[in-house]
Amino acid sequence: MSDVEPDYPEPRPRIARLGPGRFALEIPEPERLLLRNLLPDLNDLVQARDPSTKRLFPTAYHDDPQKEAEYQSLMANDLAAGRLAAIRTVEQTIDQPEIDLPALERWMEAINSLRLVLGTRLEVGEDLPALDADDPDAPAYAVYEYLGWLMEQAVRAMSEDLTQS
Amino acid sequence: MAVSPLAPVKTDDPSNTEDIKPDRPWIVLVWNDPINLMSYVTMVFQKLFGYSLEKATALMLDVHQKGRAVVSSGPREKAEFDVSRLHAHGLWATMQHDV
Repeated sequence: MSDVEPDYPEPRPRIARLGPGRFALEIPEPERLLLRNLLPDLNDLVQARDPSTKRLFPTAYHDDPQKEAEYQSLMANDLAAGRLAAIRTVEQTIDQPEIDLPALERWMEAINSLRLVLGTRLEVGEDLPALDADDPDAPAYAVYEYLGWLMEQAVRAMSEDLTQS
Repeated sequence: MAVSPLAPVKTDDPSNTEDIKPDRPWIVLVWNDPINLMSYVTMVFQKLFGYSLEKATALMLDVHQKGRAVVSSGPREKAEFDVSRLHAHGLWATMQHDV
């Protein structure tokens, strides 16, 4: 537990609701660069069905291999196409000052996909470990936390839209 | 009570149950995971199922504290549709026969 309250203000939100179905994007250049670097990697991992993407393609039937195979043959390609489309939407709109509701939904899907893959790779549990600054996983955890912060803002913006429209 | 000669014969063959209850409903379960944000899971329940904030929050807390919650039920096609939408949103959902 920290005994000192941070005396710096919370950074400006990167995603905020402007009005019904309208959302402001204000992502500083270094963070845009980070996302631009992460998204092509996610794209490649999804296309290769890398084991780290297993949380993006969950099992529907725990106890019925035949129905599960049917489900995957019906759904898995659509699911992958949706993930890839979400990545493209973020790449195409990241420099815009404003996005609409469908684009925000794609943003959430892409950010969440990044978190699911990174979280799978880091094998995160309910509580994040206290890492040494020199730990080789420290940068990845910092990115994971950043994406969670971004995701919270997207969720807040969309929740406001759900309740007010 | 006299037993009618036309009374159905009891059978213990459990393999018949599938045929007797073809419309047994399916339930959709969402399982706890350490990655998805609680606020996000609540919002997905509101968005996909039209649940109130109170109901969606209660379901999310069930998932978080009990490890899983039933979020919808119905015929197989509906359950599968709900599961696929939950999967598209990155949630860990499965479906099974109601017991």
